[in-house]
Amino acid sequence: MEARIKTVPPVLKAVAPLMEDGHSHESISRAVSDVVLEMPMPRPWYATISVGLILLSILGISTAILFWEGLGLWGINNPVGWGFAIVNLVWWIGIGHAGTLISAILLLFNQDWRTAINRFAEAMTLFAVMCAGIFPLLHVGRPWAIFFILPYPNTMALWPQFRSPLLWDVFAISTYFTVSLLFWYTGLIPDLATLRDRMPKGIARSIYGFFALGWRGSARHWFRYEMAYILLGGMSAPLVVSVHTIVSFDFAVSVIPGWHTTIFPPYFVAGAIYSGFAMVLTIMIPAREWFGMKDFITLRHLDNMAKVMLATGLVVCYGYGCELFFAWYSGSDYERTMMWYRGFESPFAWVYLCLLLCNLVTPQFLWIKWMRITPIPLFIISIIVNIGMWLERFVIVVTSLRRDYLPSSWGTYTPTIFDWAAYIGSIGLFLTMMCLFVKFLPMISIFELRLQHHLMKRGEIR
Amino acid sequence: MAQVFPRSANVLVRAGIASSVLLVSVLTLVAAGMYQSPLVNSMKIAKAQPIPFSHQRHVGGNGMDCRYCHTSVDSSNFAGVPPTETCMTCHSQILTDAPMLQPVHESWKNGTPIEWTRIYDLPDFVYFDHSVHIAKGVGCTTCHGAIDQMRLTHKATNLYMGWCLQCHRAPEKFLRPQDKVFDVEWKAPRNQIEEGLRLVKENNVNVGQLTNCSICHR
Repeated sequence: MEARIKTVPPVLKAVAPLMEDGHSHESISRAVSDVVLEMPMPRPWYATISVGLILLSILGISTAILFWEGLGLWGINNPVGWGFAIVNLVWWIGIGHAGTLISAILLLFNQDWRTAINRFAEAMTLFAVMCAGIFPLLHVGRPWAIFFILPYPNTMALWPQFRSPLLWDVFAISTYFTVSLLFWYTGLIPDLATLRDRMPKGIARSIYGFFALGWRGSARHWFRYEMAYILLGGMSAPLVVSVHTIVSFDFAVSVIPGWHTTIFPPYFVAGAIYSGFAMVLTIMIPAREWFGMKDFITLRHLDNMAKVMLATGLVVCYGYGCELFFAWYSGSDYERTMMWYRGFESPFAWVYLCLLLCNLVTPQFLWIKWMRITPIPLFIISIIVNIGMWLERFVIVVTSLRRDYLPSSWGTYTPTIFDWAAYIGSIGLFLTMMCLFVKFLPMISIFELRLQHHLMKRGEIR
Repeated sequence: MAQVFPRSANVLVRAGIASSVLLVSVLTLVAAGMYQSPLVNSMKIAKAQPIPFSHQRHVGGNGMDCRYCHTSVDSSNFAGVPPTETCMTCHSQILTDAPMLQPVHESWKNGTPIEWTRIYDLPDFVYFDHSVHIAKGVGCTTCHGAIDQMRLTHKATNLYMGWCLQCHRAPEKFLRPQDKVFDVEWKAPRNQIEEGLRLVKENNVNVGQLTNCSICHR
């Protein structure tokens, strides 16, 4: 464990310590595990899970009708064959990027402020990827034939089209989900053992005990744990970049005006981390309030996350600039006209303007320190960024498809009630999963907090 | 602190992991085997017919040409199932009171066609045309097997798409000269690939186009 945090970080003038004073190993274990073991859930938790379950049932009902009736219920058509489903897929996958960034990249870079937020962010990542996974399943229209996308020897003597980015997506996203799940679970094992040991005898204890894999905290266990964790960290680090790069290939590899640009991969990755951190803030700010975690998730964490958001937000703004510049510099009439439509003439021009307002203007407030360390404004900004990133994907998908090269194949897109139902339904799934997560698992890594406390006491970190 | 699980739990977990690996492999093998089994693809299973018609007798024994009964095979997508009249060209004279042939005579008398059970049934999403296959040199026995030896007719292939693609990807392995298309005793010569490539060229078979989705799925 110590090998990981060997170097003493440079002394920075931080807004707050990593953990508030007055804690001991005992009080840390209690504060975090009591949420699972003893504490009655606070009222807002019940409110959130109720909303989540209502939206989830909307998802269930609308999906059942969709499977029965077919995709005609959605607003998609020719030429706009990709509507909300792809917008939501890209949005959710993007949100899912914060988890791996926090857990893997920050781990490899020895950023100790990841300790209090990695568990939460990784859980959020998993649930976001689950939400994303729904949409391809719905969009194929025949979900029972979804296994056709997997390469396996079959009686048709056919392989999937390996030259298609849509197939690369399958591999990228499934790898991402698997590695994220393993990473999250590996990190949970010592804490599951803590819960097991603090739990009264019964079925619940056996379940936690089963998943704790017989963890006893021996030196050999810790040695193996450390090895596995750092290896998984190394494995998932490239995934932070690869997944959204490949998602951007869905667009960039095609020749549609507005999609066919080389800026897409870095611009998508930055956007993903931007929206991921926004979503972490959106759910963490209320959670630290409701569950009394303000001692562990301090203003320092909020400040740092806001800074990451500002930095990636600026990269995204650079991406918007590049899109405009390339459209002009390409000299291609199609690219230029598409951009013109996007900003002024299309019926969705207001969406583009809203997106600029959300993603270009809003993050600039984060230059102000007060905004970064005051929960309510930061919460509002994070919500606006989430909306902005959703609008960005909408603009990319719809405005390009509705106007391609041939005026004879121009069209437009109007989302139907079933498009909206699937979208808000996926938010319901996300909320429900998050609520269940905080109810049944320690939302902060207990043993890493203990280590952090130890290192702080020795003055190695502050 | 007392342990939650007894020591024997370790054995159970290991056995569980091992057996799930085993189970998945066995299930995969069973699934793969199932698709090769007649239970699934009904290959080599003779179906009950109103009359136990023998291709062995008519083709192998009497030497009748396929087109005597399947008249539209070289001009239409459907090879054609012979009407009772075709049967009666001979059976008004031969075996007139064999009990086996009663349904033919009844059909002749009543004017109701004989209802044969279909053996080669492609799914509706597959477009198939007999005439083009004949014209390009695909012989009857290439798909229908040794029909001259079948006492009761059965499916000689599984009709999976992979089977179709064997030829659509490399027709030179199967094509034969025009005068051999209806020859039930034809065997591929030693230089089949060479001959086949010549026929591909001669018959203007556009091989690249044969694997377009819309060639069969229109």
